[in-house]
Amino acid sequence: MIRATWKSLLARRVRLFMSTFAIALGVAFVVGSLVFSAALSSGFTRLFGSSVGDVVVRPQGSATLNGDPSTRTVPQSLVASLARVPGAARADGNVQAIGVFVVGKNHKVVGGLGAPTYGISYSDAPAGHGIPGLTLLYGHAPHGPHQVVLDEKTAQEGGYFIGEKVPIVTATHRAVLTKRLVGLAGYADNTSLAGATLTIFDVRTAQKLFLKGKHAFTNIWVTAQPGVSQTQLRNDVSRVLPPKVRATTGDDAADENASQVLRGVKFLRTFLLIFAAVALVVGAYLIVNTFSILVAQRSRELALLRAIGASRRQISRSVLLEAFVLGMFGATVGLGLGMGLAYGIRWLIGLVGLDLGSQSLVLDTQAVVAGYVTGVAVTMVAAWLPARRTGRIMPVQALGDVVALPESSIRWRFALGLALTAAGVAATLEGLFGSLPHSGYWVGGGILAVLLGVTAAAPILCRPLLALARRGYALVFRAVGNLAGQNALRNPRRTTATASALMIGLALACTMSIIGASAKASVDDTIEKNFIGSYVVGSSFGQPFSAQVATRIGRVPGVSEVVRQRYAFIEAGGKRTAVTGVAPRQLSTFGLDLQHGSADLTGRTVLVNQRYAADHHLSVGDSVVLGKLPVGHRTFTVTGTYANTPLVFDFVTSIANLRSAGFADSDNFLIVFTQPDAGDLLRSLEKTVADLPVVTVQDEHQFAEQQRAPIDQLVLMVDALLGLALVIAVLGIVNTLALSIIERTREIGLLRAIGLGRGQLRLMVTLESIVMAVLGAVLGVALGVCFGVAMMYAVKDQGLEVIAVPWTQLVVFLGLAVVIGVLAAVLPARRAARLDVLTAISAS
Amino acid sequence: MSEPAARIRDLVRTYGSGDALVRALDGVSLDLGAGEFTAIMGPSGSGKSTLMHCAAALDRADSGTVHLGDEEITRLGDRALTRLRRDRIGFVFQSYNLIPTLNAEENIRLPQAIAGRKPDPRWYDEVIDTVGLRDRLNHRPHQLSGGQQQRVAVARALVGRPRIVFADEPTGNLDSRSGAEILELLRRSVDDHDQTVVMVTHDPVAAAYTDRVVFLSDGRVVDELRDPDREQVIARMAAAEPADRVR
Repeated sequence: MIRATWKSLLARRVRLFMSTFAIALGVAFVVGSLVFSAALSSGFTRLFGSSVGDVVVRPQGSATLNGDPSTRTVPQSLVASLARVPGAARADGNVQAIGVFVVGKNHKVVGGLGAPTYGISYSDAPAGHGIPGLTLLYGHAPHGPHQVVLDEKTAQEGGYFIGEKVPIVTATHRAVLTKRLVGLAGYADNTSLAGATLTIFDVRTAQKLFLKGKHAFTNIWVTAQPGVSQTQLRNDVSRVLPPKVRATTGDDAADENASQVLRGVKFLRTFLLIFAAVALVVGAYLIVNTFSILVAQRSRELALLRAIGASRRQISRSVLLEAFVLGMFGATVGLGLGMGLAYGIRWLIGLVGLDLGSQSLVLDTQAVVAGYVTGVAVTMVAAWLPARRTGRIMPVQALGDVVALPESSIRWRFALGLALTAAGVAATLEGLFGSLPHSGYWVGGGILAVLLGVTAAAPILCRPLLALARRGYALVFRAVGNLAGQNALRNPRRTTATASALMIGLALACTMSIIGASAKASVDDTIEKNFIGSYVVGSSFGQPFSAQVATRIGRVPGVSEVVRQRYAFIEAGGKRTAVTGVAPRQLSTFGLDLQHGSADLTGRTVLVNQRYAADHHLSVGDSVVLGKLPVGHRTFTVTGTYANTPLVFDFVTSIANLRSAGFADSDNFLIVFTQPDAGDLLRSLEKTVADLPVVTVQDEHQFAEQQRAPIDQLVLMVDALLGLALVIAVLGIVNTLALSIIERTREIGLLRAIGLGRGQLRLMVTLESIVMAVLGAVLGVALGVCFGVAMMYAVKDQGLEVIAVPWTQLVVFLGLAVVIGVLAAVLPARRAARLDVLTAISAS
Repeated sequence: MSEPAARIRDLVRTYGSGDALVRALDGVSLDLGAGEFTAIMGPSGSGKSTLMHCAAALDRADSGTVHLGDEEITRLGDRALTRLRRDRIGFVFQSYNLIPTLNAEENIRLPQAIAGRKPDPRWYDEVIDTVGLRDRLNHRPHQLSGGQQQRVAVARALVGRPRIVFADEPTGNLDSRSGAEILELLRRSVDDHDQTVVMVTHDPVAAAYTDRVVFLSDGRVVDELRDPDREQVIARMAAAEPADRVR
């Protein structure tokens, strides 16, 4: 039996290739996604592993490397006493700040996509577990106020060599600095900084730049003596610490830092994994389809085997064995393809600005196991149904002319499909509008259930559509059209299964484009309704900038007022929220719609968004504790509430309050009002901030454009990846067509014998292909519109109030489906047309 | 005898090469009379099917000529051959004659539909009545018996008024009663409508319906018989059979 299986595998090289390809593609997507996201997180984890000491001592409540620029410090004198702690080998103070930008020779800021930009003091202290910390690769350490060291990648990207002068922009008081580059540094194991930049000064210079010259550090690393554990050292260190200073083990600090940054890229990983799941589902469809056809074609041979005494189980096992071999083979090919795909994704993401250049992509055990398990498991499950059916082949059928495989009831499938769809709709609605936890899982699971349900129900659901297509074809293409339409109708299960692959890809693409278009429309709408002033001043990466900028802009002729805004991300009632800081006398420019109380911001007072207040039972006169401030937490009095607005966060307080709470004296956003006759001030405002590359001046139009840009990028990325899903769908159609042409060889021979021309035959195959593609597209677009609109409804009250359906794009998708159909038909049609008439007729 | 419907001259067709070379047709010359029902007979491997395939523009000969009417067909390209098969030749095969997705009527009209033409309605009606399928026109092939399917195939071959109808063992898969119906049908199309029919068969009963039987052996015409009956055919078949095969 095993020999027979082998022989039959080898005898069908073309079909073997086709089904292997389907498996390989599915596996490739899973492996590619896994490898890439592993590289992404290990990049950050390793970066943070080598950027913390054994024990990190820092002010209570402050994050180490990654928090907002903090003015809170530990005194320099603490270093000496920590070095004397038993078990400590040494102690080194560090100054660390973020929002330090290097301006490249092309006058552009180095880095991007929100990767952190660090300014730190130089230290040769080893990192935790004896890992070398910051290491000089070239040149020497910075000495004195005029020298700087950069990480290698940043210097390279900025175009700077050792000895050259480097302009550096900080969020602090002295806005632009020019320093001489004296060395290049990096972390010793040469891990990528994953887009982060490092600007390194000597300790005194860093203290002057970031700590207002205080003899203090943002944190102190204590290095353990050999044999002393991090926990042990932390406990010893904790005993000698002054109040409000905490010690953390390096491991904890690294985890904390890594997870903070990882949250930023988490969406990417989640997306990739969702995508892998989709790819697998699509791939599984292909495999099921391919196997059904293969088994159907072999049914005669299998019946013969039954006739000469093979048992039912042997037959089924033979098919499953075949599936296993194909699965292993396909998964192996898929692993290779997956690595290629991971490189592709890295390149794609690099285009958007997240550089993972030197981060090596490693095919780890997890990815290998996942690849083989999915490849083999999916193939075997996919082969199981047809295999079970082959078991039911009667030996007598070997003798008959036409062998029909017993098919399970299509009605039963239809009912199951409808039930699954209904359950999926219910789950999605529950996730979107209900109150159960884990709404994301409900929505995701619901959408998957709907997709599978529709696929199961499709053979019956789509009959009217296919019949309509046939009639249309017959009308336009006459006999050839009728033949093509009938062929699509002949096996609706196969037609719809093939279309389903495209349906899933397009459904997701449509959902994404509706979300994207709606988000953009909402942004436009919000800006149009709420844009105040004539110009806005912000920074490219949302980093704060020097308070001096506002002063300088206020002096530009024609400017009547500059309104400052500061943002602080804090906690209230244990939940993350944010506060907007404004100057109390400028509060009126925001046009806040006061609901209760007064707009008085003198003293420790806050205004609260009315909706937030209602949700959290806050009313005028209440006290509210705001936490995660640089100074810990403080109590404020609510003096008023205002109607919901996108202009400010849930809390509004005075700039003075933020400053006394320890936040740095820098602004996040300025609104510039001009005198009525001032004319166009854009040029002169830009000139004012020309020396600050991170600071940008924009009018309403430019501002709207900038706000839309990230949405565009996201949509672009999603589309690029879904493009690959479409590629699988196309291959699915090619596969089905090619196999069904092999299956219909005799029929094609007959048609040719009674006078069907080669061109007509090609047209027939192309029309069949177009039916499948358009069917998939119609279903996909319809489902995508439903998903997209439902999702937008669900987030309607979160600021995305406009639901926009990009009809043009949807029509383009449908048009694209026709193109896909035509392209997918090229090879199978050529194959069909090349069939020799005589051989085809006499084919068995 | 009038002008032949097809003239075959010195037709040679070989398969394989070297030691495995098989001369399926070894210089066959034959006229197929217009308005005649001709049977081509011979043992397996005698070349009777190859002869029909070459004459019917399904296969290409190595040398020699085939004229259908005035037209020499052995040098035609695929496009012209396709048109020739569509417009001037009718086919009835042993099995798998019909497109399973089309109903009987659509199958019958298919060659004309492919050409973008409509059959002459009077002739169409006559053919339908001749084959006796008027009440089965909306049935798909799988809803028809083998004999009915074969009658549909005959109707399809006749409805375009081809110069020649080629039938390749048309009764091979049928029980004797259905087979007789098909042969009657072909006979009547010759008698009533002057249709030229060429049939490959190895069944002496089928051959007895024809006007003329041509015997092939080892790629050559070895004998022929006019207005045959069953016994004559059997006797000639035995003679045509190479001696070593009989024993």
